[in-house]
Amino acid sequence: MTTTTPCSATDLFTHVLRHGNRADPYPYFAQMRQQPVARMDDGTWLVSGYHEIAQLLHDPRISADRLNPQDAARPAARSLLVQDPPNHDQLRRLVTQEFIPRIMGMRDHIHAVVTQLLDAHTTPQPGQLDVVAELAYPLPVTVICELLGVPREDEPVFGSLARRLTRGLDPVDTQTDEEIHELQQARTELVQYLEVLIQQRHTAPGDDLLSGLMFSQDPSGGMGPVDLRVTLGLLLIAGHETTVNLIANGTLALLRNPEVLARLRNDPALATPLVEEVLRYDPPVQMSGRSTLADIDIAGTTIPKGARVRLVLAAGSRDAKRFPDPDRFVPDRPDNAHLGFGGGLHYCIGATLARAEAQIALTALARRLDSPRLVADPPPYRENTILRGPEHLMVSFDRLTPDVQAN
Amino acid sequence: MGPAGRGSVGRIVVVGASLAGLRAAEALRDEGFTGDLTLIGDEPHEPYDRPPLSKAVLSGWLTTDHTVLPRVRNIDARWLLGSAATGLDVPGRQVALADGRRVDFDRLLIATGTHARPWPERAGGGLHGVHVLRSRDDADRLRAALLSGPRRVLVIGGGFTGGEVASACRDLGLNVTVTQRSGAPLASALGGVIGRVAADLHRDAGVDLRLNTTVHALEGDPAGRLRRARLSDGTVLPAEVAVVATGAVANTEWLADSILAADHRGVRCDGACRALAADGTVVEDVFAAGDVARWPHPLFPGHPLRLDHWDNAVAQARTAAHNMTHDPLDHRIHQPLPAFWSNQFGVNLKSVGLPTIADQVVVTQGSFDQHRFVAAYGQRGRLVGAVAVDSPRVLNGYAALIEARAPFPPVLNAPDGPAQLDPVDAEFPHRASPEHSVTRDSSPHIPATAGPVLTAHQ
Repeated sequence: MTTTTPCSATDLFTHVLRHGNRADPYPYFAQMRQQPVARMDDGTWLVSGYHEIAQLLHDPRISADRLNPQDAARPAARSLLVQDPPNHDQLRRLVTQEFIPRIMGMRDHIHAVVTQLLDAHTTPQPGQLDVVAELAYPLPVTVICELLGVPREDEPVFGSLARRLTRGLDPVDTQTDEEIHELQQARTELVQYLEVLIQQRHTAPGDDLLSGLMFSQDPSGGMGPVDLRVTLGLLLIAGHETTVNLIANGTLALLRNPEVLARLRNDPALATPLVEEVLRYDPPVQMSGRSTLADIDIAGTTIPKGARVRLVLAAGSRDAKRFPDPDRFVPDRPDNAHLGFGGGLHYCIGATLARAEAQIALTALARRLDSPRLVADPPPYRENTILRGPEHLMVSFDRLTPDVQAN
Repeated sequence: MGPAGRGSVGRIVVVGASLAGLRAAEALRDEGFTGDLTLIGDEPHEPYDRPPLSKAVLSGWLTTDHTVLPRVRNIDARWLLGSAATGLDVPGRQVALADGRRVDFDRLLIATGTHARPWPERAGGGLHGVHVLRSRDDADRLRAALLSGPRRVLVIGGGFTGGEVASACRDLGLNVTVTQRSGAPLASALGGVIGRVAADLHRDAGVDLRLNTTVHALEGDPAGRLRRARLSDGTVLPAEVAVVATGAVANTEWLADSILAADHRGVRCDGACRALAADGTVVEDVFAAGDVARWPHPLFPGHPLRLDHWDNAVAQARTAAHNMTHDPLDHRIHQPLPAFWSNQFGVNLKSVGLPTIADQVVVTQGSFDQHRFVAAYGQRGRLVGAVAVDSPRVLNGYAALIEARAPFPPVLNAPDGPAQLDPVDAEFPHRASPEHSVTRDSSPHIPATAGPVLTAHQ
């Protein structure tokens, strides 16, 4: 990156997409914010300022429909993530009604899963742990599969589908034909798998989320078969591919800030604001797409009607116009209204669950790992730009102690 | 001069120990004020939160013990609770208290809020069973009265407080009648169009709603207990509990002999929260914040505002605290977009901007018939307010448009909006005359542009 000539929005975004920059895209985001609303050469608008993103997340002239021109790659049915009111509202209401009650009171269970996962590696000897593979990934996956009612033995199938589908969230022009084909293949396999699951529930309903969605008593009517499949697919990806990065990014922040790790070890209450700071400082979901329904005057420019807009949440949450000392990790940062869960109509439905999982997992790591340190800094990152996180997070330690202080 | 200088020392007295007073005291310490800090409150209670009083407390979900406001930080203050301020001597820098004490100050913050407009004695205001709802003691008394099993509750006034009380009564299974001077509940706050939705909500919940009706008198038995109300249409309505919800009056009686420009509509101040004298000049070292303050909002020129809004109390307290500890050159102007909410009959109503000054209204998103929609308010071709009925998440977007002085009707093309926006008359009744006022001090002849006193709930 040169400092003599200012980079265009297009160049900056290209840098961000480059896998070699995955470990630290933040310097590019900082440059982006110098022009918080900017048009790229392909006509997409990049929005990187906190206040501008916050405004557009709530703007009635904004649509969550990406208006993706490559219709071939677009599935026929679409999740509530990319739908607008009133369809979105009805789908979301159904999901909320069935999802939220099932995650209330889950903290003890999450703690039990964390304990179990770490117990498998408890040792009085020095050793190594891949935090991604052994904790950050299996924790949310176990929880979402239990919630949905996916049999434990099917999890590997489910998990590999989720990984393959996640790549589909990245900008289409960064994907090869082969990848796009592979994506469609994965979608087909998912539909086939879900069909079987749905058929089973028809004959033998359970008390899981899937049964709840199928037999919802909502006066507006339950979910049709297509919406049901798509919604399940969304929950599956969201459950597999977001919290893993929250836990991994949080672990990374703790290991890079040993004094914070020490504080968390002695003060579990710190976990609450600390997870919010991870969501601000190094968010699992880095950007979110929208399109405009009318001309929007913003930040001294006009985004025309019908434009595609990319809200760079990770850039906005480090905007010095909103957060003092934004590039510093402050575990008890006051007034931390980050953009980590998005905002407005599409605010993350799973926020409560993600928070609980991350708070409990990070606290357990802080308590049970004796003298942890990163084996590689930065760790290797996955290809994905939008749902960004480490592929592996190898941590070496002197001991991994049993869970003596359960709460 | 910043907090390091004069602003950080001396004696600051805050009169009013509710939301604005407490948050201002906390903000003063945040701003680096290290001098003597005194909070004066007329009620014996430590600061508590008012919005739950007309909702969760009446319905029984919460007792008033649980409405105590959380403390953001230690403020190291002297608390003078249960002692009302009765006078202000600006030149002498002293506040007089009801118990005869006098409290010296270098700088003063007035945050005395409002009280519920009482029912006149001559029309039955002294009867046992006649209530208002503003303080936690009011709420405890009213809750007890509702639990005593009255055969009918009369709510006088169909504003936000009236609607919330009626909603709580229905939750408790009580018969309730609401009288409303104009043609719809909430009409003076949101206009007649949205008011008709509110009327549906009342009636669907089983409220006996009497529109275009006022109460002439409340009448009791020889023991002084409320028995009936005589309505303007000649009806005699039996009732054992009446709740007077006819608006709020600023607590400024104690300022009557000061030099401040203060009356029942509030304490006049400038955008920096500095109190003004009757001649319009700034009174040095005297500030006002919260429900009692009446100030010019840059976004709505010509309308000195007094807002009974929770968010405003907090924001104005912070601005006042900043300005009390800084030189005028570093003063901030208080110009938040007005915002408030109400929950009644199972529906959430949220408002941003200033619907009361609008001449037109249009539904921009959602379904009016299903009572889940957003309505935009316009004044002379400019967007000035928006109200969301059971769709609160979208309202921030409208707030940004209002602050940007967007045109009305706004060009949104919202996917859940109508194909074409057709604004209609917003149908505000006589804007400046408070509903159901039977007192003579409510200045019914102020022209609409001179001062819509927003008397929303809480």
